[in-house]
Amino acid sequence: MSLLFAPGPGQPDRTVARALSWALVAAMAAALFTFAFSQLHYGWNWEAIWTYRQKFIQGWLVTLAISAAALVGSLLLGVLTALARRARLLPLRYAAILYVELIRGTPLLVQILILFYVIANAFGFDNRYAAGIITLSLFAGAYLSEMIRSGIESVRDSQLESARAIGLTQWQTYRFVIVPQVMRQLVPPLAGQFASIIKDSSLLSIIAVSEFTLNAQEVNAFTYSTLESYLPLAAGYLLLTLPVSLLGRLLERKFSYAA
Amino acid sequence: MRLECAGLGKRYGAQQALDGLTLSLPEFRSLAIIGPSGGGKTTLLRSIAGLERPDTGTLGINGETINFSESSLLEHRRRIGTVFQAYNLFPHLTARENVLLPLVRVHGQPLAEACSIVDGLFERFHLSAHAGQRPAELSGGQQQRVAIVRAIAIRPRFLIFDEPTSALDPEMTAEVLDLIAELRCEGRELILVTHNMGFARQVSDYALFIARGQVLEHGPSTEFFGHPRHPDLSSFLARVLRY
Repeated sequence: MSLLFAPGPGQPDRTVARALSWALVAAMAAALFTFAFSQLHYGWNWEAIWTYRQKFIQGWLVTLAISAAALVGSLLLGVLTALARRARLLPLRYAAILYVELIRGTPLLVQILILFYVIANAFGFDNRYAAGIITLSLFAGAYLSEMIRSGIESVRDSQLESARAIGLTQWQTYRFVIVPQVMRQLVPPLAGQFASIIKDSSLLSIIAVSEFTLNAQEVNAFTYSTLESYLPLAAGYLLLTLPVSLLGRLLERKFSYAA
Repeated sequence: MRLECAGLGKRYGAQQALDGLTLSLPEFRSLAIIGPSGGGKTTLLRSIAGLERPDTGTLGINGETINFSESSLLEHRRRIGTVFQAYNLFPHLTARENVLLPLVRVHGQPLAEACSIVDGLFERFHLSAHAGQRPAELSGGQQQRVAIVRAIAIRPRFLIFDEPTSALDPEMTAEVLDLIAELRCEGRELILVTHNMGFARQVSDYALFIARGQVLEHGPSTEFFGHPRHPDLSSFLARVLRY
């Protein structure tokens, strides 16, 4: 039984115990799904799906591209908004607060519709891909800015004092003191937020952005093979989100230190 | 070094930390500032260090009047080595990187030269074994010694110590005080706020008693500690030396 427990303090890490535990968990999950699917009276039709494989691949690539762009956009917006919230210029600070509260208080679905059909339309902007990326960036940026802001505020005053005492400029203080300390606590929620962006991009299907989910819905409409259309969808999203989680864990280790 | 203050005032909310503090000290090498908590000694020290901007008054160091604009304060701070009570090392950097940061980024030392300076100082102060460790892995005394090395590595005009041993247990206090005494013997100029009267007396050649935001007494240390004249200083010394 001791093979199933994490090593206590000072005990060596055992590869066997980890492998065994992972295998056990995987087997239990597999058993659950095997049982559930075996109870299903369903005529599987994977051939029909296979003929549309190109559509899945294209949709997946579009989702990858949109998510990557929104990831960069949201990070940029998050940093700028966090700084704006700390600005001494009040209108700037209040604009940041208004933005964050509006975005966090409303559903992404509504934001996508309003931004594309009302705001983009009013300015004669009809590129739905760009509008989708902007909406996703705005959405995730609001959440990121709050994480970044609380990260900056968690840096202790004594650290800032020390930075002043050794004569760092404000820019150097950010670069050498604040950012490295913020990164340590920011990486785990950041990885989660990036995984969310990937999944949230599926909502762009409502403004007919031809991404992964919309393509799966179309295949379902053509073939009436619902499960065969959506199971690859789940696998495709996992293929994007798992690397983000793994990378997050690697970075977490890189930035960690005892406080 | 010399120190002149005229009408220094600083208020935090309802508390008047410095109340028109005026003072002109003759040449000294090592100044101890003592006095009751909340009496203004730390505020004076922080003003000298360029970390605090007094509301009123002027401050002169070695005949040079301090300009309290942020850009000249930055330049001022860069030429002083300040050591705090709570060490204030950067937790994400190793001991070595903590000392390298100001040398390389503020004082523009080439990395190779900065490294040899740091390695030399660590060697001298028996910190070489800890150079690669982060502050959380060091004892309080070791952290404070690294902080002192950080302060002297930049070849400051003088050193400032703000209660450097208040956060340490007695054994570590001794290792830090030994180091400060050693720097003093080297002839480095320093200003020190401390609650440790024995040490203040031993390390300083001039001393200052501050209470209620004003200087109540100052003089050469032997006289100041041996024959205090101001009744407040006598009773203060009697109280802190009782145990």
